[in-house]
Amino acid sequence: MTQFARNQWYVAAYTTEVGDDLLGRTILGEPVVLYRSREDGRAIALADRCVHRRFPLSESRREGDSIMCGYHGFTYDRAGACVSVPGQTRVPRTARVASYPVVEQDSLVWIWVGDPAAADASRVPRAPHLVDPAMTTVRGMEPIDADYGLLVDNLLDLSHETYLHGGYIGTPEVAATPITTEVDEEAGVVRVSRHMADAECPPFYARSTGIEGRISRLQDIEYFAPCLYLLHSRITPVGRSAPVFRTEITYAITPSAPGKVYDFWAVSRDFAVGDEEVTAFLRDFNHTVVMQDVDALNLLQRALDTEPGPYQELSINIDTGALAARRILAALAAAGTGRADA
Amino acid sequence: MSAAPERRVYRVDWLPGGDVLDARCFCGARSTQPDPVTVWAWLLDHPRHAAPPPEGGRP
Repeated sequence: MTQFARNQWYVAAYTTEVGDDLLGRTILGEPVVLYRSREDGRAIALADRCVHRRFPLSESRREGDSIMCGYHGFTYDRAGACVSVPGQTRVPRTARVASYPVVEQDSLVWIWVGDPAAADASRVPRAPHLVDPAMTTVRGMEPIDADYGLLVDNLLDLSHETYLHGGYIGTPEVAATPITTEVDEEAGVVRVSRHMADAECPPFYARSTGIEGRISRLQDIEYFAPCLYLLHSRITPVGRSAPVFRTEITYAITPSAPGKVYDFWAVSRDFAVGDEEVTAFLRDFNHTVVMQDVDALNLLQRALDTEPGPYQELSINIDTGALAARRILAALAAAGTGRADA
Repeated sequence: MSAAPERRVYRVDWLPGGDVLDARCFCGARSTQPDPVTVWAWLLDHPRHAAPPPEGGRP
């Protein structure tokens, strides 16, 4: 199993998901309840278990910016302090749930479940295209019953597009084109580039751009370990310098629990930005592509879980970036062992 | 004003037309390798891969 890197920022939700209702998520094994303050509009993240009998606060109700446990009425303020218990005036001194640092940026709600003293908001990686008014974005989130390392592996090696996503985003050229890999271990960034000078145009781009012939297709991945993955895609009719169709594909890879991961995905484009038909097509089409990955990774995890004994992997050139990512994740996990205390 | 410190970036190019990987360390050392496992083993051997061979040692 890929170890969790605790002292890191992770995407817990899209900004639009956090509102008046209580939203339950599990981040690195920690149950979390998210909601938005009615006083100042800020996102709040508390541990999602009442200290009394562990009832989920996300299944309870709000009293202003406080949450009243739906089982026995223990009430917690937005900082996690218990301010009221039923039938008595004295609130036990230890009655408090953890409050997690939160940063809202680029339409994403980032959370820190590690050592609170180490949380540095300036280190949240950026995805500014998600809120760029010159681009249109479709997005979604799919939970996967797989080790988050399997999703990292999947995204760092796009040669699988040819086989798993053939007829959608994959063409023969993706798997056949050599890659360049750059690794900045200090910054925790892996970059993988695959530049196809003359490639078949897959339906994903043919139907959204209107290109009918072959294309120049540039894929430049930037993986900001452990959570944020950006695929900068540039499509141009082959042999021409314009127009350039720019698509930014974003993934946030958030481990939920051992063997479970949240797959946040988004596709942003700088063409046909007001075309609702293109928007609907890309939303549906990309959801189908994501579900192909979800099904494959669920299947792969089940296969790995039933391995009768130790097994040996075989890595080839296409795995160069994914192997680098594994090393960085291992180093980050070893460096961050702090836990948030209630 | 001092210049920004150089980033320690490893680079691996899969050379077109074949299966060879061309690995470059941030220190300037360079080597071609047959697969990514040996690539990373070589790169992460820094700084030993950059040292000149010992006296009388293999070139």
